[in-house]
Amino acid sequence: MGFPQLSIPLSRRNAQIAVIGIALALIALPFVVGIAGNAWIRILAFALLYIMLALGLNIVVGYAGLLDLGYIAFYAVGAYLYGLLTSPHLFEQFVWIREAFPDGLHSSIWFVIPLSACIAALFGVLLGAPTLRLRGDYLAIVTLGFGEIIRIFLNNLNAPINLTNGPQGISNIDPITIGPVNFGKSLDIVGISIPSVQLYYYLFLILALLMILVSVRLQDSRIGRAWIAIREDEVAAKAMGINTRNVKLLAFAMGASFGGVSGAMFSAFQGFVSPESFVLMESIVIVAMVVLGGIGYVPGVILGAILLYAIPEALRYVAKPLQETLFGQELVAPEALRMLLFGLAMVMVMLFRPYGLLSVRRSQ
Amino acid sequence: MNSALLSVRSARKMFGGLLALDDVSLSILPGQIYGLIGPNGAGKTTFFNVITGLTNPDAGQFMLQGRPYRPTAVHAVTRAGIARTFQNIRLFPEMTALENVMVGRHLRTHGLHRGVMGALLQTRQFKISEAVIRREALDLLAYLGIDRFMDSLARTLSYGDQRRLEIARALATEPLLLALDEPAAGMNATEKNALKATLETIRRDGKTILIIEHDVGLVMGLCDQVTVLDYGRVIAQGAPAEIQRHPDVITAYLGSGAVRA
Repeated sequence: MGFPQLSIPLSRRNAQIAVIGIALALIALPFVVGIAGNAWIRILAFALLYIMLALGLNIVVGYAGLLDLGYIAFYAVGAYLYGLLTSPHLFEQFVWIREAFPDGLHSSIWFVIPLSACIAALFGVLLGAPTLRLRGDYLAIVTLGFGEIIRIFLNNLNAPINLTNGPQGISNIDPITIGPVNFGKSLDIVGISIPSVQLYYYLFLILALLMILVSVRLQDSRIGRAWIAIREDEVAAKAMGINTRNVKLLAFAMGASFGGVSGAMFSAFQGFVSPESFVLMESIVIVAMVVLGGIGYVPGVILGAILLYAIPEALRYVAKPLQETLFGQELVAPEALRMLLFGLAMVMVMLFRPYGLLSVRRSQ
Repeated sequence: MNSALLSVRSARKMFGGLLALDDVSLSILPGQIYGLIGPNGAGKTTFFNVITGLTNPDAGQFMLQGRPYRPTAVHAVTRAGIARTFQNIRLFPEMTALENVMVGRHLRTHGLHRGVMGALLQTRQFKISEAVIRREALDLLAYLGIDRFMDSLARTLSYGDQRRLEIARALATEPLLLALDEPAAGMNATEKNALKATLETIRRDGKTILIIEHDVGLVMGLCDQVTVLDYGRVIAQGAPAEIQRHPDVITAYLGSGAVRA
């Protein structure tokens, strides 16, 4: 009888040690990969951005079961909002903004980031409201169209008034500044110089952890159960008294707000946004991340995002020298190889683990 | 003037040229087990769908506990106090039995602290509320005798247990009226007897039950009052014993000529 009582505090302690270990590893990781160059830290930072996007889409697709193929539109909304509010573009275009803000629109991130979450959520509701009755393939078609509409608007809103600067995109976007720390420059503390990309890595890490926390906590709550109930059987969910309209709109809004924040981060990180970053392929890749790792299961979604972003990206650096040493020349371009592996991964998962790599389908 | 729990007057529903419900009226008293029977295609399930808001009626007056209600949205009807099960079981297959019943508590557990903010901040009220929902759901599983399956996925339960789980989930919404669409379909004799005992227990604990059933024996042994539908119309209404002797009912089930034989 004493045995199980003994094992509980021990396992809790093990869990604490594991958490501290993982945290230290995540903090140390960029120092290690940074030895090979800042480009590798950049890959890590982008992997975190994709994790955030995949987590956001997971709320819509994984929890509520609403297949959204236009998710990148919310990323675009967040990115452009941040871009417009922190770059000189609007300042140069409109006299009244020049008069109101003589020093330029360098909006504080404490204003822009919540705003990008809210505006993206609003766009989520705009997409959700007309599609409430649609499911599956039909919803996918409409959301796909929505994603394209946003991109085409961004591409063409340079006339009659130049709002988005069209295909040229928006440049000179301010980097993130938190208090005295300017993320655009490297930071020197206690003799160590932390490069700009590494600062972004830490920021994205914190945001990704926050989104993981939100996802996990919502999943085990009244609202999370309602989402999953809708995914499982919408009619039965209604019969349980769930107002499916509101609950679905909440899923769209919540998922979109994750996308909006990620977009703002992308914009600040790159210092430049243009419509070509928000093509349909990007939406499809994010859906694939959610599906590959384990739909509706947070660790699976994270794994999916890492596998589909970081590994092909790393391959880009490895494939060329590897092919040259093996065959004396480059046979397959890295980009082609990437798509090839991508397709292969999807086919393998569908064949062998149709619920995703990490899914724990409890079966009895 | 009306002590009925549910009273429906002149419900009408057309599907194209087909009159699926033709002036159907009935009233169910509190504490009754009320049977709705009739041959295939008589309009029983249509009537169910109409009173629960799944199908919009063309006409009719609907009163629940003496107050009119409009059966236009399923979730609103559930909130008003009618919970239903489905002829072809509709559980949440990839959720555990316990989670299925916890979803049923959705309606009766709201408020700021139990919503999104409570979950995100993991407030004390939220944690208490979650524990209570879990406890209540577990109690309902035990009430239906399936608590040993609490952590099994709903889809892995046996047919009879899935039916029981559906009833537990419906009870979780705290209904005034429990509406069961062919709960005994596909059950063997032993399971039917168990179901009968379960329904009697539920009635004894103060619920009113409306039941669609094909098994005439079960209906006759269980129900206080029966309505017989045929081609969308009420052909007989009364106590089971009267219904059994009613000539129109015999004709509907066995064909004309059977009465004399």
